[in-house]
Amino acid sequence: MSGFWHSVRSYLDSRFKLEAMLAFGRKKMVPEHEHSFWYYLGGLCLFLFIIQVITGLLLLLYYNPTVDGAHESIRFIMSQVRFGWLIRSIHSWTANILIGAIFVHMFSAYFLKAYRPPRELTWMSGFFLLVLFMAFGFSGYLLPWNELSFFATRVGTDIAGSIPLIGKAVKTFILGGATVTEATIGRFFWLHIGVLPAAALLVIGVHVLLVQTLGMSRPMGLKTDREISFFPQFILKDALGWLLVLGGIGVICVFIPWEVGTKADPFAATPLGIKPEWYFTFMFTTLKIVPSHVLSIEGEVLAILGFMLGGLLWLLVPFLDRRALREKASPAFTAAGALIVIYIVVMTALTYLAPNLGK
Amino acid sequence: MTVRDLKKCRFALALTWLIPLALPAQTPARKDSCIECHGQLEAELKAPVDGFAADVHKQFGLSCADCHGGNPAQDDITLAKDKTFRGTPERARIPEFCGSCHSDSGYMRRYNPNIRVDQLELYWTSRHGELLKKKDTAVAVCTSCHGVHGIQTANFPKSMTFPWNIPETCGRCHANPEIMKPYGIPVDQVAQYKQSVHAAALYDKKDLSAPVCNDCHGNHGAAPPEVKAVAFVCRQCHPSAGDLFSASPHKAAFDGLGVSECEACHGNHKILMPSDEMLAGGQSDVCVQCHDSGTGPFDAGLDMRRRLQAFVAAYAHDEGLLDQAENKGVEASEARFRLQEANTALIEVRNLTHGLTFPTIEARLADGVKVLDDVRARGEAALREARFRMTGLVVATFFILLLALALYFKIRDLQRNANS
Repeated sequence: MSGFWHSVRSYLDSRFKLEAMLAFGRKKMVPEHEHSFWYYLGGLCLFLFIIQVITGLLLLLYYNPTVDGAHESIRFIMSQVRFGWLIRSIHSWTANILIGAIFVHMFSAYFLKAYRPPRELTWMSGFFLLVLFMAFGFSGYLLPWNELSFFATRVGTDIAGSIPLIGKAVKTFILGGATVTEATIGRFFWLHIGVLPAAALLVIGVHVLLVQTLGMSRPMGLKTDREISFFPQFILKDALGWLLVLGGIGVICVFIPWEVGTKADPFAATPLGIKPEWYFTFMFTTLKIVPSHVLSIEGEVLAILGFMLGGLLWLLVPFLDRRALREKASPAFTAAGALIVIYIVVMTALTYLAPNLGK
Repeated sequence: MTVRDLKKCRFALALTWLIPLALPAQTPARKDSCIECHGQLEAELKAPVDGFAADVHKQFGLSCADCHGGNPAQDDITLAKDKTFRGTPERARIPEFCGSCHSDSGYMRRYNPNIRVDQLELYWTSRHGELLKKKDTAVAVCTSCHGVHGIQTANFPKSMTFPWNIPETCGRCHANPEIMKPYGIPVDQVAQYKQSVHAAALYDKKDLSAPVCNDCHGNHGAAPPEVKAVAFVCRQCHPSAGDLFSASPHKAAFDGLGVSECEACHGNHKILMPSDEMLAGGQSDVCVQCHDSGTGPFDAGLDMRRRLQAFVAAYAHDEGLLDQAENKGVEASEARFRLQEANTALIEVRNLTHGLTFPTIEARLADGVKVLDDVRARGEAALREARFRMTGLVVATFFILLLALALYFKIRDLQRNANS
């Protein structure tokens, strides 16, 4: 190392204690086994979130969150701004890949029973992150103010309005009125770039801190004690995954840039086949096929209550799975998780393969 | 209060639901013995009752006696058919029969203040009305077009006078050779109309503003309002083409020859989508009807057609460029917007051909060509951008893969060192 770099390093080390941090990384060990692959999804989610922050900040330079300006500014970004098409396409594609990665990360943690004590809070903070990123997706979907996003938001907020007792108030708060208007785009923008990033940073901080403090969970019944160092081995493997995903995102963005769509016309009739983003479709299709009434209770309300209850149970899984808590296999929970995965996949597929289902 | 008192109260409350049954109805239905009796009859004696159920007159509270007279309060048929009973009017008297109310502004205002009351007056000016006055009862009267019982307003899609039903309504007589034979009128108008660009707009695009029979030939009168003759009716919807024609040398020439205006080139009932091929030398050349090949006017038409076709070819080429760019993922909506401007220029130039003002046509065509040049430049730039993106992707992917490969080897080395 040249004298210049050595002096830079020692300058930073004396102020940021870099050597101590690297020593911690070298000392910290990560289990290495046949299921290790799933560990890298957490880091991948963090990497994709960083991409979201960077591209989102760049989009803010040109985006105009008004009914008259939103669609035009997106069109301007896509056609006039140098590399604007790439920034916006990366932002939109990465958002979808990120939510997909969070789902896979969550289910892999579930099936490996990584929620066992003392990692209950890690699981719960992860669940809150999923909810936050779904809210990111929902609020971001409206911002281009195109036909699909406008009507999907209208349908989505109508569903939120069906929640018993608080539905109407929640809907009015989200929309800033009775329907999707200029007030709505302002609120969604406020949520998307203000409230949600702040909340996400806080919860990500807690989640990462817990992972670093408690270490990574070892699956039950693991025979091997093999471990690798967090730095540089684990980090480098993580970086390899990030690079490959980054390359994949680049290929997708060049071949399928995220479309601008037709500007939303609030006075137009709702187009046929309106559906939300793919990660909401399993709930959307359920609401479509549920009977109008079940034991004199409105079917849609019952389904919403079911999803809320399901979400609560999912959050509390670390406390419900008593066998895993005692380091014993819990096949009932594994089977329940498999059923949930099948349900989500089937309902999502039905949304696209049988769009007229339940009409 | 004792238990017995409570039971009494409960019994009294239980009986309260019977109170509405004990009260008389608020608005007792008016007795109508016409409906009652004819409803029990069969075939043509029952048909008026069935038809009247959906009749607009019924919706306004009118009933049989309001047109046919009589006393519907009486059950006895003799008493019901009192001296006011008018029965079924003779066909020749139907216009006055309907007009007795529809020409009375005071009466009509009670039901619909916006409805016109000059239908009867107009009818007598029509060919139908003129022939009826001459005792020809085969001609159309009110009921021929509006139906008898079961009359609907013209904005009701099942009505005989709703736009897309009108060709069939008129065709009931005008497409019937037996009815038309005495008048020597052809019967192919409806069939021809159905092949026209107007019918395509009406039936395929569901454009209710597309003209049907009555828009050119009038409703109750002989011609549409404020139009001297059917020859001028096209201008109601195509005023620009009409004005250009009136200012052109063709106007005086057509008038001198006694040739109808628009119809001479575009036809009447079977008006097809106009095309550049209608100009001199084209496949459906109409200029040649009056101008021989090789004459000055014919050559001018020939030149105009060639210029237009060259413009159309350039337009298609530029549109193809934008299609290619969009297929490659490049946003080209602004170029497409410019292309619409070129299309507007093309439409205007085609319209200007009615005026034969060649300098104006050339100037507008030149404007359009400039727009097309701009679109072509944008399209080519978009394709260059697509190529740039692809090159950028290849270079970026190469470096990413190179870095990934380097990382892979580094990880492998670290693992080997750790194992050893």
